[in-house]
Amino acid sequence: MKGNNITALLLFIFLLLVVIAPSNSFADPDPSGANTGTINDVPAATAGQPTVEEVGAVAGHNKISINIMWTLVAGFLVMFMQAGFAMVETGFTRAKNVAHTMGMNFLVYAIGMIGFWISGFAFMFGGVGAIGALGGTPGLNSMFSIELFGKTFELVGYSGFFLNNAVYDVGVFTLFLFQMVFMDTTATIPTGSMAERWKFTAFIIYGFFISMIVYPLFGNWVWGGGWLADLGVNFGLGHGHVDFAGSSVVHLVGGVAALAGAIVIGPRIGKYTRDGKVNAIPGHNIPMAMVGTFILAFGWFGFNAGSTLAGTDLRIGVVATNTMIASGAGALVATIFMLIKFKKPDPSMMANGLLAGLVAITAPCAFVNSWASFVIGAIAGVLVVAAVFFIDHKLHIDDPVGAVAVHGVNGAWGVLSLGLFADGSYGDGWNGVAGGVKGLFYGDGGQFAAQLIGTLTCIIFVFALMYGFFKIQHKLFGIRVNAEDEVEGLDTPEMGVLGYDYSSGPEQK
Amino acid sequence: MKKIEAIIRPHKLDEVQDALSEAGYPGLTVSEVRGYGRQKGHKEIYRGTEYNINFVPKLKIELICSDERAEAALEIIIKTSKTGEVGDGKIFVYNVADAIRIRTGESGESAL
Repeated sequence: MKGNNITALLLFIFLLLVVIAPSNSFADPDPSGANTGTINDVPAATAGQPTVEEVGAVAGHNKISINIMWTLVAGFLVMFMQAGFAMVETGFTRAKNVAHTMGMNFLVYAIGMIGFWISGFAFMFGGVGAIGALGGTPGLNSMFSIELFGKTFELVGYSGFFLNNAVYDVGVFTLFLFQMVFMDTTATIPTGSMAERWKFTAFIIYGFFISMIVYPLFGNWVWGGGWLADLGVNFGLGHGHVDFAGSSVVHLVGGVAALAGAIVIGPRIGKYTRDGKVNAIPGHNIPMAMVGTFILAFGWFGFNAGSTLAGTDLRIGVVATNTMIASGAGALVATIFMLIKFKKPDPSMMANGLLAGLVAITAPCAFVNSWASFVIGAIAGVLVVAAVFFIDHKLHIDDPVGAVAVHGVNGAWGVLSLGLFADGSYGDGWNGVAGGVKGLFYGDGGQFAAQLIGTLTCIIFVFALMYGFFKIQHKLFGIRVNAEDEVEGLDTPEMGVLGYDYSSGPEQK
Repeated sequence: MKKIEAIIRPHKLDEVQDALSEAGYPGLTVSEVRGYGRQKGHKEIYRGTEYNINFVPKLKIELICSDERAEAALEIIIKTSKTGEVGDGKIFVYNVADAIRIRTGESGESAL
């Protein structure tokens, strides 16, 4: 009892001190927030009376702060897409391979990151120069180029290896984080098309190859100031090859690599029988795949809207909304397609449809209006379903999750659609060309030509490199697991543990 | 003694169990099984390719009772698990040689 009285007394004194006392000695609290952040918060030689220079310094610092903050948060969203990919791919494959499929999707994050840190970033952005939105990003100023037809063809950057001290800068590090998670999206696409039969050690070597060399080279040509970006300045083709957030740089590269890999590694045992019959191999966990698809769609807001690299570029409102509309159109149209053809919607195709819309709108999201976004997404919904059927039934290429149809076919459609639908309302000065980016339907056929050249270059270059890589690797070391392991399931033979273990565990002694 | 083994639709379990326990049958064993009968499963389409679902999920219930109560138990199971559609399942009846309660060692019908 006595203890309780003392507690009550202490509480009373505490309340007195905290609630009542400060009102006499400090400024009033500001629950609405309207009075927080005033001229007194501007650092000035004379408090409360900053000079124009002092105000300007704060304004400039705030602008870059908003941009860096935005780019980082968007990058964090894109990083989480790795979880989405892991769930989509694992859900669409069989229960006996879950530890293996998850394992690839997990480790590609680490492999890609380190590969990009070693050389990928330097090859891709080593010659990009200053990125004003991130405060100037000094040090990225070495580009290898050749002279052709009297023009300069910029081919690969070479500064910033290992993020060394010459680029030890907040802007460069921010750019690295954001671009690294993009590269990882590409790197994880072939784990879907080659799932359930890829030797894990072979996959690791692949991860370094694509993150250190293939992705950065094509990326340099489009985003690093390379020759495809210069098609406008050098040859008068619109603004050069324009890809806002990576329909070609990220998705088409990944989709083409996925195609090359699926061809070299061959179909899963039992997928195509000798008499030419095509067999279905249903995924084991549709809810997992659908949740993964939602995670991807969520991360995509970072992917597309973040690609301004600037929270102060208010076009992000248009970008994010276009992204949303195209994804809905893709899912809806793919579903209707399936309903008309087979009477049932097929959740795996609904998911592929949503992703197809997202992949397609990734390049044009900043340059088109909402109806064009709807059309681009809707066509993506048709393309993805038709492509899945064609690749499976006609080409007999086994792609368990539809990676080639989603990322390859719709990556190409995305960059081409920009060349058709860009309405000229955004992109003044893009790739050094004045005026907004306009597509064929708005009077600039040159822009469409640039998109076409970029698309064909990507397909030819990436396919040649990746097909050659997989072929050589297969000859030297083998990239496919042996048939007994494949039939039994890869979890124990390749990974050493079952993904799903329904026993009560090993006996403890 | 008789053992009644019935393959039924999974969603019918509650109804069957309620009716059996109301009628005073003390024990029931249930297992999740998959199988097919005369229809040999059914066809579905995944990503545009037709495939056969050979083994349809079912429940197997097992019940042991005295010979004279077996007929009534069968009636209850049939009445509660029947929908009249293909796939209602089947019932098998076996003779049981003996039953033993492990805890006490009782045997025969008193062990049920």
